[in-house]
Amino acid sequence: MPGKLKVKIVAGRHLPVMDRASDLTDAFVEVKFGNTTFKTDVYLKSLNPQWNSEWFKFEVDDEDLQDEPLQITVLDHDTYSANDAIGKVYIDIDPLLYSEAATVISGWFPIYDTIHGIRGEINVVVKVDLFNDLNRFRQSSCGVKFFCTTSIPKCYRAVIIHGFVEELVVNEDPEYQWIDRIRTPRASNEARQRLISLMSGELQRKIGLKVLEMRGNAVVGYLQCFDLEGESGLVVRAIGTACTLDKLSSPAAFLPACNSPSKEMKEIPFNEDPNPNTHSSGPSTPLKNQTYSFSPSKSYSRQSSSSDTDLSLTPKTGMGSGSAGKEGGPFKALLRQQTQSALEQREFPFFTLTAFPPGFLVHVGGVVSARSVKLLDRIHNPDEPETRDAWWAEIRQEIKSHAKALGCHAVVGYSESTSICEEVCILSASGTAAVLNPRFLQDGTVEGCLEQRLEENLPVGCGFCHIPYDELNMPFPAHLTYCCNCRKQKVPDVLFTTIDLPTDAAVIGKGCLIQARLCRLKKKAQAEANATAISNLLPFMEYEVHTQLMNKLKLKGMNALFGLRIQITVGENMLMGLASATGVYLAALPTPGGIQIAGKTPNDGSYEQHISHMQKKINDTIAKNKELYEINPPEVSEEIIGSPIPEPRQRSRLLRSQSESSDEVTELDLSHGKKDAFVLEIDDTDAMEDVHSLLTDVPPPSGFYSCNTEIMPGINNWTSEIQMFTSVRVIRLSSLNLTNQALNKNFNDLCENLLKSLYFKLRSMIPCCLCHVNFTVSLPEDELIQVTVTAVAITFDKNQALQTTKTHVEKSLQRASTDNEELLQFPLELCSDSLPSHPFPPAKEHLESASSNSGIPAAQRATSVDYSSFADRCSSWIELIKLKAQTIRRGSIKTTVTVEKASPMGEGNFRNRSAPPCASSTVGVVKMTPLSFIPGAKITKYLGIINMFFIRETTSLREEGGVSGFLHAFIAEVFAMVRAHVAALGGNAVVSYIMKQCVFMENPNKNQAQCLINVSGDAVVFVRESELEVVSTQQPTANCQPSCPGGEVTT
Amino acid sequence: MTSELDIFVGNTTLIDEDVYRLWLDGYSVSDAVSLRVRSGILEQTGATAAVLQSDTMDHYRTFHMLERLLHAPPKLLHQLIFQIPPSRQALLIERYYAFDEAFVREVLGKKLSKGTKKDLDDISTKTGITLKSCRRQFDNFKRVFKVVEEMRGSLVDNIQQHFLLSDRLARDYAAIVFFASNRFETGKKKLQYLSFGDFAFCAELMIQNWTLGAVDSQVDDMDVDLDKEFLQDLKELKMLVADKDLLDLHKSLVCTALRGKLGVFSEMEANFKNLSRGLVNVAAKLTHNKDVRDLFVDLVEKFVEPCRSDHWPLNDVRLFLNQYSASVHSLDGFRHQALWDRYMGTLRGCLLRLYHD
Repeated sequence: MPGKLKVKIVAGRHLPVMDRASDLTDAFVEVKFGNTTFKTDVYLKSLNPQWNSEWFKFEVDDEDLQDEPLQITVLDHDTYSANDAIGKVYIDIDPLLYSEAATVISGWFPIYDTIHGIRGEINVVVKVDLFNDLNRFRQSSCGVKFFCTTSIPKCYRAVIIHGFVEELVVNEDPEYQWIDRIRTPRASNEARQRLISLMSGELQRKIGLKVLEMRGNAVVGYLQCFDLEGESGLVVRAIGTACTLDKLSSPAAFLPACNSPSKEMKEIPFNEDPNPNTHSSGPSTPLKNQTYSFSPSKSYSRQSSSSDTDLSLTPKTGMGSGSAGKEGGPFKALLRQQTQSALEQREFPFFTLTAFPPGFLVHVGGVVSARSVKLLDRIHNPDEPETRDAWWAEIRQEIKSHAKALGCHAVVGYSESTSICEEVCILSASGTAAVLNPRFLQDGTVEGCLEQRLEENLPVGCGFCHIPYDELNMPFPAHLTYCCNCRKQKVPDVLFTTIDLPTDAAVIGKGCLIQARLCRLKKKAQAEANATAISNLLPFMEYEVHTQLMNKLKLKGMNALFGLRIQITVGENMLMGLASATGVYLAALPTPGGIQIAGKTPNDGSYEQHISHMQKKINDTIAKNKELYEINPPEVSEEIIGSPIPEPRQRSRLLRSQSESSDEVTELDLSHGKKDAFVLEIDDTDAMEDVHSLLTDVPPPSGFYSCNTEIMPGINNWTSEIQMFTSVRVIRLSSLNLTNQALNKNFNDLCENLLKSLYFKLRSMIPCCLCHVNFTVSLPEDELIQVTVTAVAITFDKNQALQTTKTHVEKSLQRASTDNEELLQFPLELCSDSLPSHPFPPAKEHLESASSNSGIPAAQRATSVDYSSFADRCSSWIELIKLKAQTIRRGSIKTTVTVEKASPMGEGNFRNRSAPPCASSTVGVVKMTPLSFIPGAKITKYLGIINMFFIRETTSLREEGGVSGFLHAFIAEVFAMVRAHVAALGGNAVVSYIMKQCVFMENPNKNQAQCLINVSGDAVVFVRESELEVVSTQQPTANCQPSCPGGEVTT
Repeated sequence: MTSELDIFVGNTTLIDEDVYRLWLDGYSVSDAVSLRVRSGILEQTGATAAVLQSDTMDHYRTFHMLERLLHAPPKLLHQLIFQIPPSRQALLIERYYAFDEAFVREVLGKKLSKGTKKDLDDISTKTGITLKSCRRQFDNFKRVFKVVEEMRGSLVDNIQQHFLLSDRLARDYAAIVFFASNRFETGKKKLQYLSFGDFAFCAELMIQNWTLGAVDSQVDDMDVDLDKEFLQDLKELKMLVADKDLLDLHKSLVCTALRGKLGVFSEMEANFKNLSRGLVNVAAKLTHNKDVRDLFVDLVEKFVEPCRSDHWPLNDVRLFLNQYSASVHSLDGFRHQALWDRYMGTLRGCLLRLYHD
């Protein structure tokens, strides 16, 4: 009996009136876990019952503890008729199953009913006593920690990053079972909620088992999704990155990884059989041996081949019957090939992380993506979800080969998604091909693509931009130049990635959100014809999305995209493409050429005039954007930059690292990717409105910035005010004469208006930045387009930036001049580390310093200096350059020194910060953010994953304020329930929050609507820096973490 | 392209004070949008009318959802659905329970019943306040009245506790409840010059001195009902004017004390008996409910108007009333000194407040 679950029902409040006669309620509670149910006494005639129940004890397997939710039902006792249900609370007890997380769940939970919404609250206390179970063949994976955060969580360090884990489970959707015809909507909704809760639990347990098998102890970047396949069933799938994490125990250890420079990475011999225990019991100063090792897929031996049923990825030869028939043949061939090298192929070198420990990421190749159109069919045997597994295996294989074609052995920032319409499903996967630090890899695992061209000192801030592929044998024609930063390596002219901006990247100016939006009409068709039509459209969609992205990027005067996410949504009669990314100007990459318009009929005078007018407009926009985003790259002698009119030869080129995939047989071969590149020329585009639409994107109002990455390049002085929000819009298209153009315009307007509304709503927060802007498009019905946006607005202080940096620099300089040599090293290192992400001194200076090292005469450098701001800073930055050069020459620096010396800077930094007032309220404030951090605060504890699924239905839509009123209330309720769960776990924030699904269906004629929402995130405890300061004035190391301007943004 | 659905939900509920005011003032969404447009917000922010429309709708929806909670403010504090900082919660409540001077003057002292509610149409037309806003204000009065009317303890404290209002607003509501339960007439033409503040001031004095609570703090309704015994006793004051010797003595005492100090001495001297009769008769009549209701009418008729017609400066009124009350202590034949003080102390305060143009 491995566990005892104890539940106590304390009280209720604000219950609804269930007895009209007395205006009161006779409430009691049923507590159910697995098949055991307990009941409280009936508390007569009260809307605020005090049950104060005994402890209800459930003795259960830990397998059940992981799978089952605790189900609490509040009912109204009725002597004569059936008891009426008031509502339910589902509590996921998973956070209680690992030692470092929550120890008790205790608090007020909203009582939720799928028809009425929240109806009062109930106070519950839950505890778990776990007994140690040493059974080797256990099916549970208690103790494996899950994180939604796509970076190494703040108070942990990664001992080993094992790699990709995935799992999926399938079931019949209760909504489509025969019994649904006779049961009430409430019963049906509850069956669904419960089933999904069970399936998530099971999925998490199975993933946990895989992690244990890999000898890991945590999953980072855990992403779980539902595919509502309708008739054919319900799929719950998850991907993540298995890691061995070590809790940083001493306050010093909270120092972000970014403060320990990559050079510090000690080369540890790769451990064939890494034992997490020996790592965790390391020395008390964990930073000393801050080592990140990467265990490549092959290296760990498969321990328990007996439990192989769970390793669904193992290709099985007898599969393939389920998918669309025509791709069966070649796919089988592929499978055969796979099975030959089963061991080698089984694992994928994928990482769901988007931010990495320093030194982990060596080169970035570019975006790799694969899509596949499938026909859904009923899942006959839920225990053997082979078809779905095979589909994903196929896609992952393709991604892997794309990455290989780019000379990369790994894929980072990896994610998967689906779009389903009736029986057609588009599976998509994308990531960024990358080369990870070979020193963390065993020799030979790197597939021969890596020469030892990595010097001891990687140039700061540009290394990842250098091309990983062979220059003479490029996978696609790209325009290579020498890196503008180090001048030693080749870089592409444009870089697209799905990851966050690396912490040490040298960026000029600020970034901005760039979106490509596209619609394509499609004939209504059935089954295979439909799938074929979609497959045929996909390549064109991808092409155009890329063209748009490229043009918009150039229009912004930028040369790289981060956090790229391309979503293709399928509807009855159209396909929608929406790509979002954050554009930045990487100092290492060449200045982008402009956009040139060439007419097709050069003889027509008026046409020429029109063209030149457009050209001028475009050039003006580019110039304006450069000013807006503060992009002033230094002029480099050998290149002509700054002239707004581009040279004719400077054509916009797309680093094409993506290949379309569909069912087509031939497409599979393309995956080796040497042919599928193209050169884009603007004069190819035949429609003028494409150019027009480029110019219609309005920049955000002044004081606003937006990005879809974790942080905004060029802003680091966040203040503590954050506002997370979800906004949903649905528009109805007039069904008459729909053309692609009209559709595009509608969609474009929808997105632009939505953004405008957000800017307007949040105007009181100016200056602020919308971070992690996440757009989701769905096509719920024929003429409906739904766009859901979740993002967080964070305020920042415009004036503080300069000050902080100044004190920061002055402080370190002061120290440098007075302290002895050993001490000297540290602050410099810190400066150089945090420099790239500072607005001041801008990356330009950083660049200067880099170029000074590469021997460009000082006089030449000086030409690019902005004299207005030069005077007050020059002394410090010149000093800085000198000292930095010294540091670089000196080579490695001890990390332990770093820890100790971080303090003066941290403190200096604090003094400039105004302490935010600590609000107190009867209901504790719970912050929510899609980011992995909370500005101005330090996360001290991760309490567990929040993964909740809700259904809300109404049969009185008009009375609830129509569709808007209905959904508004529901989303507010979902937020409330998330907050309540976090508060009950003892937390005060949710980080890495994401609304993964928001499926809304309406039937206004019947006055009905239904909505499904799935959200997840990490419950955490955070402490305000201002509070920390009081505690830790004598313990300076404690405050380094998010307070370092560089560290905050980067980790 | 039509917008079917358009919502914005923040983890912290966004409250736009300007829109809240428009909503409280009862404007429809379209009226609110045009009012906002007129305020120049589009120029300031560069937004479009469509954005403004969407924003206004959104806020209205939020307010509509919050309204249920605002009816019982402690619920707003404990609910979990809307995360609102405490300062904002206070603002929401305070503004929701705030009322218009013009409106409150119309219903002050009236029975808070359905009948009055029907008259809201007329009040709306008369005052220019939207019917919706009138309804909210009326319902607020009624809700507060219902909750505190039979409650033990201080009226102001009870209101504050159950509606979480500021001290100032709670006092105003106490006055409204006090007037409503005693049905003081405030609508007569003669009384039109008086503001709500004047009445609220008087109500506070009366609550402090004339109610049951003034003598016993352990009874129900202590601050709402006037002390019946006290009103009964006030008849005894009649001898001050009925006994001719006493009246003459009183007059001479006052005149002696004020000679040379009053600008309107002669007028005072001439009018003394009339004024004194007026004030004492008001007291004597308070045994009847009907006369209680007419208290303010009587005070204005019997004292304020005569003084005003003789152009008494406020300071002279103050000197006179002080002397008038104090001199009674020197009347040996008069035994009800304490009663006189309880009556006159409050009345003096009220009269001084009521005495203006």
